[in-house]
Amino acid sequence: MAPQAGGGEMRGRHTAFYREHGVLRLSANLAAVAAATLLALLLLVPALALDFPVLTGRVVDDAGILDAGTRAALTQKLAEFEAKTSDQLVVVTLKSLQGTSVEDFGVELGRHWQIGQKGKNNGVLLIVAPNERKVRIEVGYGLEGALTDAVSRLIIENAITPRFRAGDFPGGITRGVDDIISVLTGDAAEWQQRAAKRPEPTTRWDSLLVMVLVVVVFGFVFLTLVGTIPRNRGRGRSRDGWSSGWSSGSGSDWSSGSSGGFSDGGGFSGGGGSFGGGGSSGSW
Amino acid sequence: MSYASSVLRLARIPVLVACLGLLLAGCGVNNIPSYDEAAKAKWSDVLNQYQRRADLIPNLVETVKGYAAQERQVLEEVTNARARATQVQVQIPPDIVNNPEAFKRFQEAQAQLTGALGRLLAVSERYPDLKSNQNFLALQSQLEGTENRIAVARRDYIEAVRQYNTELRTFPGIIWASTLYKNNKPMETFTVAEDVKTPPQVKF
Repeated sequence: MAPQAGGGEMRGRHTAFYREHGVLRLSANLAAVAAATLLALLLLVPALALDFPVLTGRVVDDAGILDAGTRAALTQKLAEFEAKTSDQLVVVTLKSLQGTSVEDFGVELGRHWQIGQKGKNNGVLLIVAPNERKVRIEVGYGLEGALTDAVSRLIIENAITPRFRAGDFPGGITRGVDDIISVLTGDAAEWQQRAAKRPEPTTRWDSLLVMVLVVVVFGFVFLTLVGTIPRNRGRGRSRDGWSSGWSSGSGSDWSSGSSGGFSDGGGFSGGGGSFGGGGSSGSW
Repeated sequence: MSYASSVLRLARIPVLVACLGLLLAGCGVNNIPSYDEAAKAKWSDVLNQYQRRADLIPNLVETVKGYAAQERQVLEEVTNARARATQVQVQIPPDIVNNPEAFKRFQEAQAQLTGALGRLLAVSERYPDLKSNQNFLALQSQLEGTENRIAVARRDYIEAVRQYNTELRTFPGIIWASTLYKNNKPMETFTVAEDVKTPPQVKF
């Protein structure tokens, strides 16, 4: 009886010792991971001075030069174009270039909105800045072969700027969009190939592994808590709530990275594409 | 109760290992090689765009010669600068991103080419026939597009190098840099301005 009580007491002291150090190690872990996540999030937010317009739809008319009828017709045309070829074409008119060149603004805006499908980078931006009298066709990496710089320049010089000089913004933009669409759908084999390849869902193995590790660790922590006397269970319960909050928070963090595509039901968003500075500019 | 304690004792090592793994993943032991590779990929982009520009030039020189053959000095300047830039590019050492001398030489060769091209295009302004030639206009827009791409690629590379160099110097990256990644040196970034305003003095 006495040795067993002594043994039980020794065991109790060991588990108490381990639990104390386990808590310290756990809180050190959590602090490190929380700090790293916060730092990573901070690094991901680019320190841009530019104030980008909100991507409200396929036609973003910040400068107010298009009437509602033109906007609706263009949106319809662009939605059909994307449904057919998976290329994303967005028209944006800007109140101001905020001191940068239209080329710089174009690349930054395209990357910010992530126009074009992820991986294919098949986005095109038609940017009009009426106050600075600049127009630009910004072409994503994936379409630079089809909509080359020379062709973009031709579209700008022949379809867009003559009409802008005459004061016809809706006409110029509509004609420009028509020309871009006809260039990109000109070679049937090419655009069908672009439309056919659907992006595969990528399984993020590293985040999966870390999640498994988290589950394992907390599984063992739970086992520790389950076998303890009521005094320590109270402490365990508070830690339970705290740790489950952390794991659900970081779970949502990881899942947001792989989604973010184009939703069919009226909401429009960029597909994750990127831009490299291709395309042409013009002025009038 | 005793079952839990024995499980606990058995589980001590795996739990320690799991915790250590989480700690390492959180502290970013993989950051240095990741940023290194990302910066090298951006450097390849930069080289790609410079090569694209070099490829456009012979066509441009021929077109201009068709209308403005008497501008021999400027045409020769461009041809020579392009040859020099191509020569430097061919001789690029594999460790160029860590090699200040080679990097500077590369930058200067490209800057000279940019300057010569600028002078050629300025001279072309004086020939209205040339300016309205469709081929010349196409080449001009392609060159402008390429110059823009070069600018974007340079900016992306500078940002990637900044991230990598910062990771090497700040906590906790500096721990890994001095233990696991002793061979990783800071990378070079662009210091020379994109074009040289004065004509090159060197004739080779």
